[in-house]
Parts: sequence; C-alpha cells; structure tokens
Amino acid sequence: MDLTVIWAFIIAFAVFAYVVMDGFDLGIGVLFPTFAVGPERDRAMNSIAPVWDGNETWLVLGGGGLFAAFPLAYAVILPATYPLIIAMLLGLVFRGVAFEYRWRDPGHRRAWDFAFSAGSLVAALAQGMTLGALLQGIRVTGRAYAGSWWDWLTPYTLLVGLGTVAGYALLGAAWLVWKLDGAGQAHARRLARGAALATLALLGLVSLYNVALRPEYAERWLTAPTLWYALPVPVVTALAGLALLRALGRDTHAQPFFLALALFALGMAGIGVTIWPNVVPPSLTIWQAAAPHRSQVFMLVGVALTLPLILAYTAWSYWVFRGKVGGDGYH
Amino acid sequence: MTDLFDALTLARMQFAFTVSFHFIFPSFSIGLASYLAVLEGLWLKTGRALYLDLFRYWLKIFAIAFAMGVVSGIVMSYQFGTNWAVFSDKAGPVIGPLMAYEVLTAFFLEAGFLGVMLFGMNRVGKGLHFAATLMVAFGTFVSAFWILSVNSWMQTPTGFEIGANGQFLPGPSWAAIVFNPSFPYRLVHTVLAAYITTAFVVGGVGAWHLLKDRSNPYARKMFAMAMGMAATAVPAQIAAGDLHGLNTLEHQPAKVMAMEGHYRSHATGAPLILFGLPDSAAQTVRYAVQIPKASSLILKHDPNAPLAGLDTVPRADQPPVGIVFWSFRVMVGIGFAMLGLGLWAALARLRGRLYDWPWLHRAAVALSPAGFVAVIAGWVTTEVGRQPWVIYGLLRTKDAASPLDAPAVAASLLAFVVVYFAVFGFGVWYILHLMKDPPHAHESGVPAADVAPIRTAGITPGPASALGGGADKPEDE
Ligand code: HDD
Ligand code: HEM
Ligand code: HEM
Repeated sequence: MDLTVIWAFIIAFAVFAYVVMDGFDLGIGVLFPTFAVGPERDRAMNSIAPVWDGNETWLVLGGGGLFAAFPLAYAVILPATYPLIIAMLLGLVFRGVAFEYRWRDPGHRRAWDFAFSAGSLVAALAQGMTLGALLQGIRVTGRAYAGSWWDWLTPYTLLVGLGTVAGYALLGAAWLVWKLDGAGQAHARRLARGAALATLALLGLVSLYNVALRPEYAERWLTAPTLWYALPVPVVTALAGLALLRALGRDTHAQPFFLALALFALGMAGIGVTIWPNVVPPSLTIWQAAAPHRSQVFMLVGVALTLPLILAYTAWSYWVFRGKVGGDGYH
Repeated sequence: MTDLFDALTLARMQFAFTVSFHFIFPSFSIGLASYLAVLEGLWLKTGRALYLDLFRYWLKIFAIAFAMGVVSGIVMSYQFGTNWAVFSDKAGPVIGPLMAYEVLTAFFLEAGFLGVMLFGMNRVGKGLHFAATLMVAFGTFVSAFWILSVNSWMQTPTGFEIGANGQFLPGPSWAAIVFNPSFPYRLVHTVLAAYITTAFVVGGVGAWHLLKDRSNPYARKMFAMAMGMAATAVPAQIAAGDLHGLNTLEHQPAKVMAMEGHYRSHATGAPLILFGLPDSAAQTVRYAVQIPKASSLILKHDPNAPLAGLDTVPRADQPPVGIVFWSFRVMVGIGFAMLGLGLWAALARLRGRLYDWPWLHRAAVALSPAGFVAVIAGWVTTEVGRQPWVIYGLLRTKDAASPLDAPAVAASLLAFVVVYFAVFGFGVWYILHLMKDPPHAHESGVPAADVAPIRTAGITPGPASALGGGADKPEDE
C-alpha cells in the first residue's frame, strides 16, 4: 500500500487519540466550575492527574507527526490559524501548571482552579475552531498560506468550536460517571446528559452546514456512488447517540464513556469522508504535501517499533490507577 | 512597536524568548530526574530512610519543574510551524522525522511513567516504582539526544540532498544526518551542563540549610553529593567545551572568530582577547585586554600558528559579534568559578571541614543559580554565533520566516512574555518556597504508610495526599 496513505492514517490516529484522551481532561476543565469547592473538585482533578501528561503527548505526536510526514501541510495550516494556535498553547500552559500549583498554594487555589477551567475552555474552543478553519478551506499560493490573518473567524468555525467544547464536556462528564460514585457520580450523570444533547445537536448542525460549505462536499455526501459509502456514518452516529442517552438514563459506569468515544470515532470518519484525499482543502492533497519516501520509511520503522510499546505502557499506567477515585479514602 | 520591529525580528525575539524559557526547565529536570533515580536506588540498596526522605523532598520540586518544562515545550513544537513556515516546509523532511522519534521514544516514555513516579508508590511495588523513575530519567536523556541532533544538524548539516522544489531531502544514510559533525560534542556538553546545573542547585540548598544548622544530616548529604559532582563534572565540562570549540573552529569558523573577537587575521600568533568592547561598525575591539599568542595556542595548539579573522568573511555573513563575545565570556567565567568552588570543597573534604566552613557554604549558595545563567549564555553563543543562517551556510534566517503580519507576531510575543513571567514566576516561587524548609524525617510526598505495596483496587491515592503534603494537608505528616 502507498506509504502516504498509511501516514495519513497514522496522523489521523494520533489526532483521534489526542482528541479523546485529552478531550476528557479538557472537558473536566470546562465543567470544573460546576463542581463544589472541596472534595468534589479534588476528586475530579485526581481522576486525571496521573494521566493528563501522557494524554497531552498525543498532541505533540499529532503536530510533530504532521511536521514530519506532511511538512507542507504543517507549514500552511499553522500560519493560517496562527491566533488560534497561540491561544490554544497559552490555554494549555494555564491548564497544565494548575495541576501542580493548586496543591502548592491553598491561598490561591480558587485562582488556579479558574486558570484550569479557563485554560481548558480556551484550548478546547481553539482546537475546534482550528478544525473548522481547516474544513472550510485554506487559501494557498505556491507553497505558502495566502490568506489574511482573520480568515479563520467565521460563523462556521465558531459552530465547530462550540461543538468541540460540548463534545469534550461530554467525554469529561462520562469519564467522571465512570471514576466517581455517590453524589459526585449523580452530578456527573446530569452533566453528561446535557452535554450529550448539546453535542448531538451541534454535530447535526455542523454536518448540515458542511454540505452547504463547498460544492465538492455536497457532491460527496449527496450523490451516488459516494453517498453509499458515506451514508452509514450518519446512520450509525444517530444510533450511537440514542444508545448514549439511554445509557445515561440507567445505572451505568463505564458504558457512557465508551459510547461517547464511539461518537467521536464516527465524527472523525465523517471528517475523513468529507476531505479525503485532501490534507488542506481545497488545494493540497496528501500526496502533494507528503514528505519524501525515505522520510516516510524511516519514521514508519520507528512507529512500528515504538507504538505497540507506547500503547502497552500507557494501558499499564491507566491500569495502575484503575477503580473509583475515593472521596477521602486516600490516606 | 511595529515601526521599530518587522515581523522577522519579532519572530526571532519570540523564538529566543520561548526557547530560552523552555530550556531553563529541562536543564534542571534532566539532572534532577537522574538525581532522584540515584536517591531511590540508594534507598533500595541501603534501606536508609534518609534517602527516601530526600527523594520525596526533591520529587515535589521535580513535579513543578517538570510541569513547567512540558507546557513550555509544547509551545516550542508548534513554533516551527507558526513562525518559521518556510523553514518547516524546507527542512521538514530531514528534521521532522528526528523530532517524531523524540516524541515516540522520549516524550511518551517520560509522560507514561511520570504518573506512576509521582503518585504510584503505594500502588505498584518498590521495584516497579524504581523502574518508573529510571524510565523518566532515561526519557529525559533520549529527549536531549534527538533535539540536540536536530539543532546540531542545523548547525552542521550533512547527509542531505536538495530537491527540485527547494526542499532539503534525506540522503541514503540517516546515520549521516543524526550523527552530524557537531552532534557528539553538543550532546556531551549539554547533558553535562544539565547535571552541573542541578548539582549546584542541590548543593546550594544543602549549603543554605547547613548555614542554619550544620548538624542537619539531610543538608550534609545533599551538600556532599553535590560537591562531589562539582569537583568531577566541571573539569570534564571544561575539557568538553574546549573540544567543542575546536570542532566549531573546523565547521563554523566565523562563530569562533566572533567568540574570540578576532576581526583581524593574524599571520602568526593571534592574541587571546580577555575583555574589550567589540565594535562591528569599525571592525575592531576597543580597550582590548589581551594575552599575546594565547589564542593560537588554545585553538591551534601552537603559539605561532596563523589565525584567520572576520576580515575573511563578507560583512553580510558575519554574526553579531558583541552578543557572542560577551555571552561566551559569561559562560566560561561561570565555568571557572564553578571549578573553583569544586576544588575548594574537595580541599575542605580533605581537611574534614566540608560541613563547617561557612564561607564555603555562602559561596555555594551564591553560585546555586549560576548553572542556569551559563546554560542560557552557552545557547546564546551557539545560536547567535551561527547567524545569519538557520541552516548553516544554506538557508538564511530572513528567508525562513512565515508569511505573517508584524502585528500578529507582536501580539503573540507580548502574550507569551506576560503569561510566561506570570505563570513561571509563580512556579519558581513555589519551588523556592519548598526549598526554604529543610528535608525532615517522614517527608511527605507519598503517604507514609507506604512501606509495603498496597493494592487496594477502588482507592486511588490522589495527588492531594501524594504531593500536596505540606501546607494544605498537615494530617499527612
Ligand atoms: C531545533 C532547533 C533548535 C534548538 C534545539 C534551539 N534552537 Fe535556538 N533557534 C532555532 C533553532 C533551535 C531556530 C529556529 O533556527 C532559530 C530561529 C531563528 C534562527 O535563526 O534560529 C533560533 C534562534 C535562537 C535565538 C535568536 C538568535 C538570533 O536570532 O539572533 C536564540 C537566542 C536562541 N535560538 C536560543 C536558543 C536556546 C536558549 C536554546 C536552548 C534550548 C535553543 N536556541 C535551542
Ligand atoms: C526548539 C527546540 C525544542 C523543542 C521544539 C522542544 C520541544 C519539547 C516538548 C514538546 C516538550 C514537552 C514534551 C512532553 O509533553 O512531555 C519538551 C520537554 C522537554 N524538552 Fe524540549 N524542546 C526543545 C529544546 C530542548 C532542548 C535543547 C533540550 C535538551 C537538551 C530539551 C529537552 C527536553 C526535556 C528533557 C523535556 C522533558 C522534561 C521537561 O519537561 O522538563 N528540549 N520539549
Ligand atoms: C569553562 C569552560 C567552557 C568552555 C570552554 C565552553 C565552551 C563552549 C563552546 C565553544 C560552546 C559553543 C559551541 C558551538 O555552538 O559551536 C558552548 C556552548 C554551550 N555551553 Fe559551554 N563551555 C564551558 C562551560 C560551560 C558550563 C559551565 C556550562 C553550563 C553549566 C555550559 C553550557 C553550555 C551550553 C548549554 C551550550 C550550548 C549547547 C552547545 O552548543 O553545546 N558551558 N560551550
């Protein structure tokens, strides 16, 4: 098989892994203000403290992998979404240090909790809007971005941004349904239900808008034969959405989280259907942006050797911290 | 602001600012991770609680430094695309894969085992916990390996071909790219620098507490370990730096000319300029204090050897001499000051006065932040000295930037400056606060009951108890 296609799938996998793993961290950040100060907040934070750094590393792989495998795409997308990327990075700075700082400084704990929450919100919104900016198309001349530095700001990108925030909130709340018990779990379940409804509604809106966005997208989604490949995506999405809402109505623990993951996987598949084989719509295909064969081969060796190990020890570290987060049981 | 600075200058300032800030943290966490591994290993070997208490004491500090290193590092990995798009497009095929290897072999390793290292001591056995600490320490070294290979390739590019579209493409051998001529020197010099920087911080904290109570066993142990490191690693660093300089003379002669302040060529026996004021407009060093023939002796190992100067380099290809000249002197000056302290401590040890020589302790406190200054000065020498090139001799910095408007870059630079000083200022303050109290018996950090592995599924020891000891949770003590 064509190495460029393999690399497109590897990058897509890294982005997906990032979105769902850091997605639930960021989602907890977004929902943080709704938790009572004290044990409820501490437990929410403790449920992700041992794993957030590993989760965030997938972002470095997504970005670094894009740089390595599709350097031209990296060189076009980042200047095109410059303010969004900077906002995301600064949001992640606040979010990341808050994990340590809030324990160090009880006097300013509220301030660091706010930094955690606001940083997460800004990062989530900026990530979603970056995706929107990519989907709506980026102007390229020669080998460089050719638009202005506000092109990324449109009603469409705002909508995708909000959808992403809602989706992350859903992941975060579903994670807490799994990791908490008692009143905390009940609270998380209520939040998850609201977030699920918002996510599904925004997902629907974005999908409709997508079809109106560019003629080639409409053609892909609305005319045969591509229609037949594409159609299962929205159908299965709707089914998964219903299953999720039902699971949240019952006494479930891990199930809602996995259904939310399924929803994200389907969303990712939808994006794939929409833009394939472009990496920067409308003008750069994956082959135009790809690194040369030698770079692809060298990195593929590295991925083949290390990715299984990475997945194994990541799974191990999740396993070490398995189970419910105790309320005050950790002394 | 925008009339004063164009987008290119702003982008350079932004890169220099963010990477200098970033590097402060790795230069501490690379060394501290290894120090923690040594402490935990000694604890497992000897069973002495002293080592465990020291481990926990420094673990809390490590957690903060590491978090700051991570968040500032993420910024770096996106800087190439945001501000240096042309560079990314052109060099991506060669250096991108090296950075991808860094993520795969180093960042995941560090991050994957960090959670267990910080919070997992009572969830996994002692042996597994030690393994996690070792993995984190090893990961920091692997990270340095790859990123320094990238940087060295930009300084001394080898093993590449130029594509029809102007991209740098990998040649048949990746080893020729990874092990480029300046890489071994830079790796040794930078990793030693991280160890030395950490040793002086640890030694400074030990000395501070010795000044208050010279019988404190923790302070004695820290101080003795750190001074042992100073007496051995600093001489090695000076030797490595000398070899590094000879390598640079071979591959980037203009940089060495700038470090030495040699505007003029010397037919025989070039003098070593100790101090002076470089004046690039007049191409001369004013008020120079110099030692005759010494530069030829150091660089050519022959006092009468001829030495070329910047008059052999076109003006457009000369680096800014003033910055390089001074940053180099700052680094070397600190190196010799550190050597002095290491020798003094060795003498004190011979005389049995290591723990009761207050002036020695005061000197160690004064030098405790010196490593950070030397490290940044070293990087400034390296990076400014290779200007005007990003990829030495092949791609100029001014041709590498993104097509951005100056206000966009100015706004983001301002945001980075404000956020970094505020956020990392707090972090440094928290670290100093932790250092202010001496280590003590039953140091919090991980619950004290954690002698035997407890594996109670369903109870997660959270960071509240694992790290937050101290101020907010006195019941852990
Ligand atoms: C992977 C590559 C890489 C690495 C590891 C470093 N740098 Fe660098 N540096 C660059 C790649 C680079 C660059 C992208 O190539 C820049 C931007 C503009 C330029 O000329 O080089 C640069 C510029 C640059 C400048 C501005 C020079 C000027 O424009 O006059 C300074 C002061 C530093 N760097 C300092 C550092 C420090 C303190 C580092 C320690 C971590 C460091 N660099 C590591
Ligand atoms: C421009 C250059 C650099 C880039 C793009 C960069 C990138 C990064 C990134 C993305 C991280 C966070 C990884 C994580 O999520 O754990 C990081 C951390 C780290 N970097 Fe850098 N880095 C640069 C310079 C350096 C240099 C020169 C060194 C060492 C010599 C270094 C050593 C480290 C280490 C050891 C860590 C992990 C430990 C810590 O966070 O303190 N970096 N870097
Ligand atoms: C006193 C003896 C020293 C000498 C002769 C020396 C020499 C050098 C030279 C020639 C360079 C520039 C290499 C190049 O870019 O071509 C350099 C860079 C550097 N130095 Fe030193 N150095 C000394 C001490 C130190 C000390 C004590 C530290 C830190 C604790 C340090 C940290 C660094 C760092 C981080 C760099 C940049 C990375 C690199 O290029 O290796 N140096 N040094």
